[in-house]
Amino acid sequence: MNLYVPIAVLALIAFGFAMFSLVASTLAGPKRFNRAKSEAYECGIEPTPQPVGGGRFPVKYYLTAMLFIVFDIEIIFLYPWAVTFDALGIFGLVEMVLFIVAVLVAYLYVWRRGGLEWE
Amino acid sequence: MTTSLLAAPPATPLAAGEAPTLEAFGLDPWWLILAKAVLIFVFLMLMVLFEIWFERRFMARMQNRLGPNRVGPLGLLQPIADGLKLPLKEDLVPRGVDRPVFILAPALATMPAFLAFAIIPFGPTVSVFGHQTPLQLADLPVAVLFVLAMSSLGVYGIVLGGWASASPYSLLGGLRSSAQVISYEIGMGLSFVAVFLFAGSLSTSEIVASQERIWYAVVLFPSFVIYAITMVGEVNRIPFDLPEGEGELVGGFHTEYSSLKFGMFMLAEYVNMTTVSALAVTLFLGGWRAPWPISLVDGANAGWWPVLWFMIKLLLTISFFIWLRATLPRVRYDQLMKLGWKVLIPGALAWIMVVATIRVLRNEGISTQQVFFAVAIVLGIYIVASYLWDAVRGNRRDAEEQEATAAERAGAGDSTGGDPMAGGYPVPPLDAPHYHGRNSTSKEVNRA
Repeated sequence: MNLYVPIAVLALIAFGFAMFSLVASTLAGPKRFNRAKSEAYECGIEPTPQPVGGGRFPVKYYLTAMLFIVFDIEIIFLYPWAVTFDALGIFGLVEMVLFIVAVLVAYLYVWRRGGLEWE
Repeated sequence: MTTSLLAAPPATPLAAGEAPTLEAFGLDPWWLILAKAVLIFVFLMLMVLFEIWFERRFMARMQNRLGPNRVGPLGLLQPIADGLKLPLKEDLVPRGVDRPVFILAPALATMPAFLAFAIIPFGPTVSVFGHQTPLQLADLPVAVLFVLAMSSLGVYGIVLGGWASASPYSLLGGLRSSAQVISYEIGMGLSFVAVFLFAGSLSTSEIVASQERIWYAVVLFPSFVIYAITMVGEVNRIPFDLPEGEGELVGGFHTEYSSLKFGMFMLAEYVNMTTVSALAVTLFLGGWRAPWPISLVDGANAGWWPVLWFMIKLLLTISFFIWLRATLPRVRYDQLMKLGWKVLIPGALAWIMVVATIRVLRNEGISTQQVFFAVAIVLGIYIVASYLWDAVRGNRRDAEEQEATAAERAGAGDSTGGDPMAGGYPVPPLDAPHYHGRNSTSKEVNRA
C-alpha cells in the first residue's frame, strides 16, 4: 500500500489546485449581467432550445462505447499474459491465439455489419 | 543483430543504486514524498507554460514568422501573461446548464492529467540529503495500467463538460472527443503489449531498466509507430483535433466555458501532451538512459545526468507534436475512426502475434534461420493467394462493370431517361457520381 501513498499526495495537490482554480475563477473576474451573454452560443442566432438533461445524439457514439468495452477487456487479458509470457511458453501462445481468434470473429462480424462505418 | 535481441534478455545483475526496481519504492520518508509530489506538480505547470511558448515560437519559425517576442526576453513571459489574463475574465455560466456538473467538469479533466505523471521515471537512484531514492515519485506493479486508467478518467471531464453545457456544439464536441479518445485508447493499449512481453513487467522503472541494451523503439518499431499515432489521437492534437474542429464545432466541448474553467481544460490538454510524450520516452525511447554514443561514456547513466537525457528526449517528442501541427491538415471524422478501428487495432493485434510467436520459438531453441524460412514460406503463400484472389475478383468485377455499362447504354438508347435534351430541356443525369467518393473512377465520370 505504501506504493500508492505518493500518488495520493499528488492527488491531494491536484485536487487542491483544481478547487482553488474553480473558486478563483468565480471570484476574480468581473460580473456584469447581460441576458444575451448567458445564452448558449450559436454563432449569434437564437439558440436551439435544448431539452432538460441534454439533447439527442447519434446512437453511433453509444455503439462505439460498447465496442470499446469489449476490446478494452481484451487488452486487460493481454497484459498479464504478456508479463508472464516467458514462463508460459508455447502453451500460453496457443491459448492466446485461441482467445484472439474468438475476439476476431466478433470484430469481423461488427465490421461486416457496418458497425465500424462512419459515413 | 535484432534477431538475437528477440530472445529472452539475459539476467544481468543490476548495479546497486543504479537502475531502481520495484523494491526501491515505498521507502521514502514523508518529506521526500511531499517534495517529489510538489516538484512533479511544479514541473508540469512549468512544462505547460514552456510548451505554449515553445509551440508558438517554433511554429512561427516554421511559417516564416517571429511569434510572440514582446513580453519578456524572447517572449518567454507571454504564456504567464496569457495565464494571468484568464482569471480576470468573467466566468460565465450560461442559463440551462447542469450547474454542478458544468462547474466540476474542468476539475475532472485536470486532476487525472496530473496524476498520470506520477509514475514517470526521471532518472536512477540518487542521494538526496543522505537518502537513497529513485528519481520517480511512485512506481506500481501496474504502473502503465494506471496511466491508461487516468486517461480514461480524463474523458469524463470532457464528455460531462460537453453534456452539461446544454449547447449543440458542446454536446457534439464532447461526444466526438470521447469516442475518439476511447477508440485510440484501444490501439494505444495494444501497442504496449509487445513492450510488456519483452520487459516482463508493467512497472515503468523496470521497463526502463530492461532497455539497457537497446530501445524498444528499435526492436518493436511497429509498436512504436502505433503508439506515436494513437498518442496524437489520445490528446486531441492536430491532425486528430476533431473535438475542437473550429470550422464545424466552434470550440467543441469547451465552447461554453470561459475564464479559468476554460484555462483548466487547456491546462489538462497540455499536461496530457507532456504525459504521453514522457510515456513514449519511458516505454520506447530508453527512458532516462543516455542515447547511444553518450551511453558509452562512464557515468553517463549515473547520478543526476539522466534527467538531462530525459528532458532532451521529452522535448524532442513534444517538438514532434508541434511539427505535426505545422505540417498536417485535420482529417475527417470518418477517416479518423476508420484509421483507429480498421487499421491500428488489427495491425497491433497481428504484430503482437508475430512478436509472441517469434519469441516463443526463440525460447524453445528454434534457430533464427528456421524461423525466417517458415515466415518466408507463409508470406509467399499469402502473396500468391492474395494475387490469385485479386485476379479472380478483379475479373469478376470488371465483367460486372462492363455488363452494367452495356445495360445502361442500351437503356439510354430506347428511353428518355438518360437523354440530356429530353423534351427540349437540358436534364442533368440524376445519378451523377460523386467525384470525391472512392468508387468514382474516371470511367464512371465519363459515363455521366
